[in-house]
Amino acid sequence: MNLLTAQLPGRAPRSGKGLTLGIWRCMLVAFVLVLSLGFTQVAVAQADPDREMSSAAPGITAEQWRQVRSGETGPNFRDSRHESTYNLINASGETWRILRNRWVSPFGLIAIIGMAAVITLFYVIVGRKQLDEPRTGRKLFRWSLFMRSLHWTVATLFITLALTGLNLLYGKFVFRSLFGDAFWGWMISASKVLHNYLGPIFGILLIVLLISLLKDNIPKKQDWVWFKKAGGLTGKHHPDAGFANGGEKAWYWLLATVGLVVVASGFVLDFPNFNQSRDTMQWANIIHAVGALGLTAVALGHIYIGTVGTEGSLEAMTTGYVDETWAKEHHNLWYEEVKDQAITEEELAARKSGDSSGDISASRPS
Amino acid sequence: MAQMKFMCDAERCIECNGCVTACKNANDVEWGIQRRRVVTLNDGEASEMSISVACMHCDDAPCMAVCPTDCFYKTDDGIVLHDKDLCIGCGYCLYACPFGAPQFPKQNAFGERGKMDKCTFCAGGPAESKEEEYQKYGSNRIAEGKLPLCAEMCSTKALLAGDAQDVADIFRQRVVHRGHPDGAWSNNPQASTDNLAYDAARKG
Repeated sequence: MNLLTAQLPGRAPRSGKGLTLGIWRCMLVAFVLVLSLGFTQVAVAQADPDREMSSAAPGITAEQWRQVRSGETGPNFRDSRHESTYNLINASGETWRILRNRWVSPFGLIAIIGMAAVITLFYVIVGRKQLDEPRTGRKLFRWSLFMRSLHWTVATLFITLALTGLNLLYGKFVFRSLFGDAFWGWMISASKVLHNYLGPIFGILLIVLLISLLKDNIPKKQDWVWFKKAGGLTGKHHPDAGFANGGEKAWYWLLATVGLVVVASGFVLDFPNFNQSRDTMQWANIIHAVGALGLTAVALGHIYIGTVGTEGSLEAMTTGYVDETWAKEHHNLWYEEVKDQAITEEELAARKSGDSSGDISASRPS
Repeated sequence: MAQMKFMCDAERCIECNGCVTACKNANDVEWGIQRRRVVTLNDGEASEMSISVACMHCDDAPCMAVCPTDCFYKTDDGIVLHDKDLCIGCGYCLYACPFGAPQFPKQNAFGERGKMDKCTFCAGGPAESKEEEYQKYGSNRIAEGKLPLCAEMCSTKALLAGDAQDVADIFRQRVVHRGHPDGAWSNNPQASTDNLAYDAARKG
């Protein structure tokens, strides 16, 4: 309309020519009015899908779907859900699923079953590591009651966590069809509760254990030699070893690194009340699973060597004392330090019956 | 058998949250849990877009694949349901779900989350009685021959629910009328409107 009025001259002409021009102008105005009326009608008739295109909000572009896919939220992202921290599409979920189901799950099983198979094969072919010399009957004090209690508590917790963890990862493939839903439901629920409540206790006790054993596990030059000789598997003689040999130190440092990472990632998963994001928990879960499955596989080796694998080893962790021969063969450097403290079995029996708390106060002579 | 699907037409959604409310009402969902949510991108900008999301009842559901208790199952209609008696509240389904559908009534220390809750496509869940089913999973409208209430009540019919084929037909019709040559899924003018599952490798 501004355009039309602008075209009007300043003074209205009174001539006949001017009159015809006026009529034309009126008709033009009427035409524009009718035309605008028509547009309004179109706007009202939006129910007609043919017209939707011309009047609807601009279409959703590929750029917007890319934004959705990227998980980007931005300051103008709204979610109707109360206190939601979610984006629209959790694309990392699929990455996590593939990592867990296609990599961690099968390879974890291969690692554990493979380790068990190697150990069994080793036991069948090589057999138990017997003491080369007969026992002297004289005993050396190795583990205090505190250390033994700590070891067995951590060991029990480790085994419980490993079994419940394995059940959480693999149980559904075996036990659900085996036991039926009622028992399976109870079993998996108990696994989760035990895992979640015992986990933090294990974490704390593991740290106590690592601190208590730090002094004995500082790597030394002889440990390198120990590894080069594969702990005595090659060659006739035992390689040099102090209170802890190279293998024990390796297990210690594995627990001090991977073990603590597993504990830390476990805490991230176990305490969702700190509102950590899904992405954080996905990574924590993968790290936790890889670390824990690896430790479980290595723990099988530790359990084998400490029990049936080596003659005279288990009694160190049960009674606290080892035979002189065992000490001489497996920990020669330590034996040299403490050999004058060896006691006879009679003295040991007297010490145990006389004062049951005797070995608590006795400091380990290493 | 039908393959039940939800589809939200982002060009129609007006962020009224009617679906969220309808869902809460139909299923009597626990306080703090919203099985359906409405997400708005670029709120207040020209490119503003809203979309209603809940469980999308995936063909290859990630929640099912990662669940340690195997509590998920798929009905003959392609609806993904779960058994709350087996659920241990580990949260894995939530890590895996692309849509943030699984929710937990709690989020406490020691992984205490309670039993997972999610959209059931208004198809209830495993229970001994109707009362127990309603109490645990909400209404079973599918058993009554009805579709999910969220979609039924959607004022702009942005949210569609039903057999995948029917939903696709309705959406295709809209797309054709809107004049998008390719169903608004890409900017490729050669992509076919009749083939919504556009294969980029085919180059049109």
